Amino acid sequence: MLEGLTLSVEEGEFLALMGPSGSGKSTLLNLIAAIDHAESGTIRVGGVDITSLNDRELSRWRATHVGFIFQFYNLIPVLSAQENVELPLILTNLSKKERLLHATAALRVVNLLDRARHYPSQLSGGQQQRVAIARAIVTDPTIIVADEPTGDLDRHSAKDILELMTILNAQHGKTIIMVTHDPRAAETAHIIRNFDKGVLTGCIENQHAALKT
Amino acid sequence: MFLLKLILRNSLRHKLRTVLTMLAVAVAVLAFGMLRCMVDAWYAGVDAAAANRLIARNAISLNFFLPLSYKEKIRQVEGVAGVAYGNWFGGIYIDEKNFFANFAMDMKSFLGLYPEFQLAGSQKKALLTDRKGAVVGEKLAKRFGWKIGDTVTLRGTIFPGNWDFTIRAIYKGRDKNIDETQFIFHWDYLNEKLKTMNAAKGADSIGWYIIAVAKPELAAEVAQRVDKLFKNSMAETLTETEKAFQMSFVSMTETILTAVQLVSFLVIFIILAVVANTMAMTARERIREYSVFRSLGFEPLYIFMMIAGESVFITIVGGGIAIACTFPAVKGFGDYMSAYLPVFNVSLETIALDAVISLAVGLLASIIPLWYTLKIRIADGLRAIA
Repeated sequence: MLEGLTLSVEEGEFLALMGPSGSGKSTLLNLIAAIDHAESGTIRVGGVDITSLNDRELSRWRATHVGFIFQFYNLIPVLSAQENVELPLILTNLSKKERLLHATAALRVVNLLDRARHYPSQLSGGQQQRVAIARAIVTDPTIIVADEPTGDLDRHSAKDILELMTILNAQHGKTIIMVTHDPRAAETAHIIRNFDKGVLTGCIENQHAALKT
Repeated sequence: MFLLKLILRNSLRHKLRTVLTMLAVAVAVLAFGMLRCMVDAWYAGVDAAAANRLIARNAISLNFFLPLSYKEKIRQVEGVAGVAYGNWFGGIYIDEKNFFANFAMDMKSFLGLYPEFQLAGSQKKALLTDRKGAVVGEKLAKRFGWKIGDTVTLRGTIFPGNWDFTIRAIYKGRDKNIDETQFIFHWDYLNEKLKTMNAAKGADSIGWYIIAVAKPELAAEVAQRVDKLFKNSMAETLTETEKAFQMSFVSMTETILTAVQLVSFLVIFIILAVVANTMAMTARERIREYSVFRSLGFEPLYIFMMIAGESVFITIVGGGIAIACTFPAVKGFGDYMSAYLPVFNVSLETIALDAVISLAVGLLASIIPLWYTLKIRIADGLRAIA
């Protein structure tokens, strides 16, 4: 349950939401990404009040404006890496050839072009998460929401993923909102907001991360 | 294209489950098709009936005869184009299990009124000139290995004694619904032999008259005229269209037919439940994937097409296997049961029904899984563990 919460995220910002389990951080992320409905209040993303959109409009809005990175990657097992990345583009007017070009570009960004034809079961956890990141950026969304993106990875893979997210934010200007338990992961963000029992309890501006970018 | 690829790959994720479900659908649709063929076989006589033929029988029952003298009177009735007559003989060939329909008919008139019984000109000539000659259907001849010139003895049950016949002709049906298992011989032979017997019981008696009407649209009027002609006589007639006459036999077994039809639809209901269960299991396992699709912006219609597509793919392949198997199965069953179901064919209607049912089962079976998938909030679905 989130109550009396006000949060602003600037364009191009990398925000980490931290807090204990059940604190409401994932709920907030779901509301921002429009995969859950707020009972009251307003959520504005890029000037659009998403709380006023109906289900159909929300589907279209998500397709255009949100890139998802999940803890368990959530790739479609029957699709190859390239097809998984291509998936959000099915909803666009792009031709098959254009879709392939976009997917290839996204896989190049995550440095997985050589694994394009591999299926998720043939990839390591870190590689799967990189495919998920490629899928998240392929539509050039307004925001990227990441729910515990390193939660299922070993330290080395987690480091790679965090570096990749930093690059996306710094070099591609992507606005990233990340939920994490991991303080090391949070350190890559510009701003760290702490959550407890549905209330924002603190805000840390990570100068080190900001300087790095 | 992407959707089709997705449907195909999803369908083959659990190969064993998919194959078993396809086989279950195939067996059910095959059973449905066979039962439909059985119902069609029951109505074969009705379907084969001509609109321009009437049947006149004793108004009391078919077990009572009509006098031969009615023939000329009927011929005089306005609108009548031709008259033939015959008797059910009920003979047995060697053993009772070798049952087939056998009739004594006024052969020349009969063949004139039934052009759908096709026989070679030379055979017809030989048949008409041999009083002990008989014409048999091609299937019946094949069943007992009879050839032209063979002598066949039937043991009479209604008309006692052993009756020898010579096969003079073998007919083929002009249409698929013509019964090719009948044995037909000269009524004159029966009548003359009966006259030589001591009691002469049944001589000059007719089981039914077949009346050809000049115009099919006048059939009802002609029937009324015939019945009126013999009103208050010792043997009143009941004249009806050939279709109605055949239908009266079907009506006697209507309960069995209803049961067969009920069973055929029960089979479909069971397979619907089986496929729905398979698809429900599938949807439950993939709830997180469907939620991923929805989170990426795919609308419920796309999810429906994924689930329904997979379901329809399974049922259509199963239905296709069933349809492919229906033809040899019907042929085998038809040959085996030719004594009881002389016309056992697969109609286009049955094939179309098989296909429609396969499609409908596929679509219906996807409704519950779809409802289950869409009622779950995306955020909850993403947390779901299969």
